[in-house]
Amino acid sequence: MLKYLSMKSYSSTMGATLDALCSASLCPADYRVNDHSRSSHDCVLPNSVSNYADTAARVATISMTNLSVNIADKAVLRDVNLELHSGQVTALLGPNGAGKSTLLKSLCQEVSLASGQITVLGRPLKDWDRAQLAKSLAVLPQHASLTFPFKVFEVVQMGLYPLTLSQQQGNVLVDQQLDKVALSALKYRRYPTLSGGEKQRVQLARVLAQLAQAGRSPILLLDEPTSALDLAQQHRVLALARSLATDHNYSVIVVLHDLNLASRYADRLVILNQGIVVGDGSPSEVLTADIINQVWQYDPLMIKESEDSTPLFF
Amino acid sequence: MENQRWLWPCLCTALVVTSLLSVSIGPLQISPMTSFNAMVNWATQQDFASVAPHEQLVINNVRLPRTLLALAVGATLAQCGAVMQGLFGNPLADPGIIGVSSGAALGAAICIVLFPHGGEYLVAFSAFFAGLLTTLVVYRLAASPSGTSVVLLLLSGVAVAALAGAGIGVLTYMASDMALRDLTLWQMGSVAGAQWHYVILSLVALAVISWQFNQNAKALNALLLGEAEARHLGLDVDKLKFKLIVLCAIGVGIAVAATGIIGFIGLVVPHLVRMLIGPDHRLLLPLSAILGAALLVIADIGARSIVAPSELPVGLVTALLGAPFFIVLLLKQRNKLG
Repeated sequence: MLKYLSMKSYSSTMGATLDALCSASLCPADYRVNDHSRSSHDCVLPNSVSNYADTAARVATISMTNLSVNIADKAVLRDVNLELHSGQVTALLGPNGAGKSTLLKSLCQEVSLASGQITVLGRPLKDWDRAQLAKSLAVLPQHASLTFPFKVFEVVQMGLYPLTLSQQQGNVLVDQQLDKVALSALKYRRYPTLSGGEKQRVQLARVLAQLAQAGRSPILLLDEPTSALDLAQQHRVLALARSLATDHNYSVIVVLHDLNLASRYADRLVILNQGIVVGDGSPSEVLTADIINQVWQYDPLMIKESEDSTPLFF
Repeated sequence: MENQRWLWPCLCTALVVTSLLSVSIGPLQISPMTSFNAMVNWATQQDFASVAPHEQLVINNVRLPRTLLALAVGATLAQCGAVMQGLFGNPLADPGIIGVSSGAALGAAICIVLFPHGGEYLVAFSAFFAGLLTTLVVYRLAASPSGTSVVLLLLSGVAVAALAGAGIGVLTYMASDMALRDLTLWQMGSVAGAQWHYVILSLVALAVISWQFNQNAKALNALLLGEAEARHLGLDVDKLKFKLIVLCAIGVGIAVAATGIIGFIGLVVPHLVRMLIGPDHRLLLPLSAILGAALLVIADIGARSIVAPSELPVGLVTALLGAPFFIVLLLKQRNKLG
């Protein structure tokens, strides 16, 4: 029957399925961010920042001014100006080679800047002590392989490296992070025996452990966190990121390829094309057929507005 | 977790038993009880228990320094092997990978062949410094403005080792028959004729590297996540690498200077321990040290028993035992690795 359906109606069936999957019952169900987990933290978090539209409570955690990066004499980022805020999920979008990864790398000081400046939490990036910065800024890598067969909890423990904790506090923290990504049952499994999605979630737990003493404004960089995950897991990871931003004032910067996921979970989309910021704003402002056509050279078959009025593309 | 409880007492007992055996076994048979008494006498410098003077003499001057040297060198090589495998993220790395053994061998060869009357101290001295120098050259070759890549370290280690091998080849060709024999035996390694100052030096080196490695065990774990990930965790990766490489070069350099080249302990022991307790360096390093020490003592007992009253070089025994063992290990893990 399916092949007789027109493309358009097929797409809308897909849309309906997606909507169903996105419904509240599924998303945050497994990954919890429990409030008592923050009891060991060295500051009181502004729990009032529950509505991310409330701009007054947000602070700029990262600002980039006139940022340019060259790799092998090719301009990869050109004059990028961005200010990223706590309590927000910012998605970096763009086709392959647009400069998304380079932007993340420049935040991690893995590439040298041709010009411009990056300020993190009010201090120029190059003035930060690496170990201090690691407490506030954590990166989830796209791929993480381990040569030696560490157990799951040992991998999460590695995230505690920059922190000062007693053995017992560390153990409690590791258990809490495993609980957040719904992997408590696999605590003693060997990392190499896990599936790609499970590995990704272990790494996420490690990165969350790293930010446990981050203070007021933790910064979380996620480099294509959904690439190894199935549909439900993609939504769970992004729902977790969403709730970290909303409920715990994290600044989440996430590189994504899936426009619909970005549209659903991010407050703000930054679209890069050939090293230039070509779009910056809320999903409904930025995700238009024109931009998609111009940036990805792809004609969306249809654009639909979802229940919470974010655009969906097929 | 469940393995750790019995592993510590087991390995420690094994170490004590093998050490006692090592002191007792030899051309002059001494009972373990007498050896124990003799060691108490030695340690207290008094006559607590009655031991025949000739037995006391053999233990003080021959067996005890030999056993302690085997312990120190075994523990040093095994720990340096574990650290190199962690640093390079490669289970096939051994302490020689940074060029220290090949450099030391070249240093020793220069002395043995070109200065045949320089004496053994000159050989040891030149082996140690050539080993350290070679390591620094390897490190320098691999260093670039953007950091030191592990792949480059590996390649420059291979290249420098090849160069040292060529140098040794030339010296071997030039050598007199006597020097040739010395050179060959030196390259097989032996703890026979251990002298107290080498023992003390090796033990001090062991203490220093064990303490330092232990301080960096967590950082080594984090480094296994990958260099970029370790940097994100706030680790100064290049500083850590340099520090560990220099420590290994000093440890292995002193071991090689004192005994010649002893292979396979540094490669096989960390593997064995990893199979038993996993790759966490906080446990891997101390347990490797204990097992490495015990294995080298056992190999040394073998070396002086197999063809008694003559002796084999202990490096030959570790190679004879280690290589087949390593092949068995590979075959068992082939499915997992390949």
